[in-house]
Amino acid sequence: MVNTPSTPTLETRNLTIRYGDSSAVKDVSLSIADRKITAIIGPSGCGKSTLLRAFNRMNDFIENVSMDGKILFRGIDLYGAEVDPVEVRRRIGMVFQKPNPFPKSIFRNVSWGPSIHGNTENLQELVETSLQKAALWKEVKDRLNGSALALSGGQQQRLCIARTLAMQPEIILMDEPCSALDPVSTSKIEDLLFELKEQYTIVIVTHNMQQASRVSDFTVFLDGGELVEFGETTQVFTRPKKKKTGDYVTGRFG
Amino acid sequence: MSSNLKKRKFIASAFKITCMSMTWICVLLLAVMLYHVTIEGLPWLSWQFLDNFPSRFPAKAGIKSALWGTVWLISFSAFFSIPLGVAAAIYLEEYAKPGRLSTLIEINIANLAGVPSIVYGILGLAIFVRGLALGRSVLAGSLTLSLLVLPVIIISSREAIRAVPTSLRQAAFALGATRWQTIRHHVLPTALPGILTGFILALSRAMGETAPLVMLGALTYVAFTPEGPMDAFTALPIQIFNWASRPQEEFHQLAAAGIIVLLAVLIIMNGSAILIRHRSLRDKKW
Repeated sequence: MVNTPSTPTLETRNLTIRYGDSSAVKDVSLSIADRKITAIIGPSGCGKSTLLRAFNRMNDFIENVSMDGKILFRGIDLYGAEVDPVEVRRRIGMVFQKPNPFPKSIFRNVSWGPSIHGNTENLQELVETSLQKAALWKEVKDRLNGSALALSGGQQQRLCIARTLAMQPEIILMDEPCSALDPVSTSKIEDLLFELKEQYTIVIVTHNMQQASRVSDFTVFLDGGELVEFGETTQVFTRPKKKKTGDYVTGRFG
Repeated sequence: MSSNLKKRKFIASAFKITCMSMTWICVLLLAVMLYHVTIEGLPWLSWQFLDNFPSRFPAKAGIKSALWGTVWLISFSAFFSIPLGVAAAIYLEEYAKPGRLSTLIEINIANLAGVPSIVYGILGLAIFVRGLALGRSVLAGSLTLSLLVLPVIIISSREAIRAVPTSLRQAAFALGATRWQTIRHHVLPTALPGILTGFILALSRAMGETAPLVMLGALTYVAFTPEGPMDAFTALPIQIFNWASRPQEEFHQLAAAGIIVLLAVLIIMNGSAILIRHRSLRDKKW
């Protein structure tokens, strides 16, 4: 591939993921660039989320999942015997499709992650910077002890991002983070992504073509579990090498 | 066509009326029973009734030993059955891999919940009273009642734990929490109202049980309150049963008074279960 990112943070090699007998991801090899946004696009059921969840071992919780091939995180085999999945999830954070704040206070939502890892100093400061990075601080600074469930959907999703940021992860995985949000909240989160990529490597699964072309540097197009095309976003969207990619990004199928 | 419609409408309303009258028959029966018990027992209810030991003179008889016996029994039963039941529920819901073994355990627990209580009495007699030589003590009684309510606690706790949204667990796991941290900080606090409701309902059931205690050989005439787990005991339902089986009319009325006390305690316990459930539903917004 011509535009393979130079310093891969995450790399998959001939990755195949199966649920029982049916493969959801088939022989996918790709690499995720450091401090860039990589978008994974493709029709429903193409294995986008399965691939994303493999990156922080969230598939471990699903019965009957089996895997072939490798995922390397800075050269280390993520599924190696000596790797602790708990540690993987600490370093590779995840934001889910539907906002899922804890039914606790806003402060506690952000501070819980660090505190279970034994970080109890400067929690106040950490919560504040995390909320600021997630562009939520101004809206919630006067009600940090209020319930997180009282926030709007968009605010809840930004809280979930702040919660992930508080762990100071190296990679942030986002599984259609805007699919449950209105356009205004969506554009707030997209703006946020631009700021976050200065510091973090981001992998985002999205159904929304415009979103992928607006925010991402690299685009992965999956169909039926197979990698159809992977390259710089501008190239994938304007000069796709495969006809299928062109048809999909212009909305002719999917 | 119109006659067909008429017929269908008639069947529909006939069905509705049948269901309604069945409901009212149930309510009516209960009301008659309560009325009967109240009329008989109310005049006998007094502080003295609660604070006197049983006696062969109806005027002096009270339920002090039975009431305290029940308090001891239920406290010890709670002490044994709650930690066991909740731990089993957590294991089955959060740790056990689905498979033949867990299905087998599941079916077994569901069946145990339906086993007649007298069977638990026989089991308790064989294991606790004789096997472990605990005698006819509070300890043997509460261990037997614990076995009896354990399935109920496990089933209700599992339901409460299962009702915790998966998204909440995933959120915790994605932050690098261990399974224990996830359970401790998120699953249990969220499931707690449901678990508590289960406790109360299970303990209410234990409180009303007579047969297993009779089987164990709980005493019917006890003129002292238990002072330790190895003491002999009686319980409210046993005392009521005892009075009801006597020939004198006054003792029947005493039994009715005992029933009122037992019902009052049960209503308070069930009421608090409903209150806890109601409050938790109000607080949950996701």
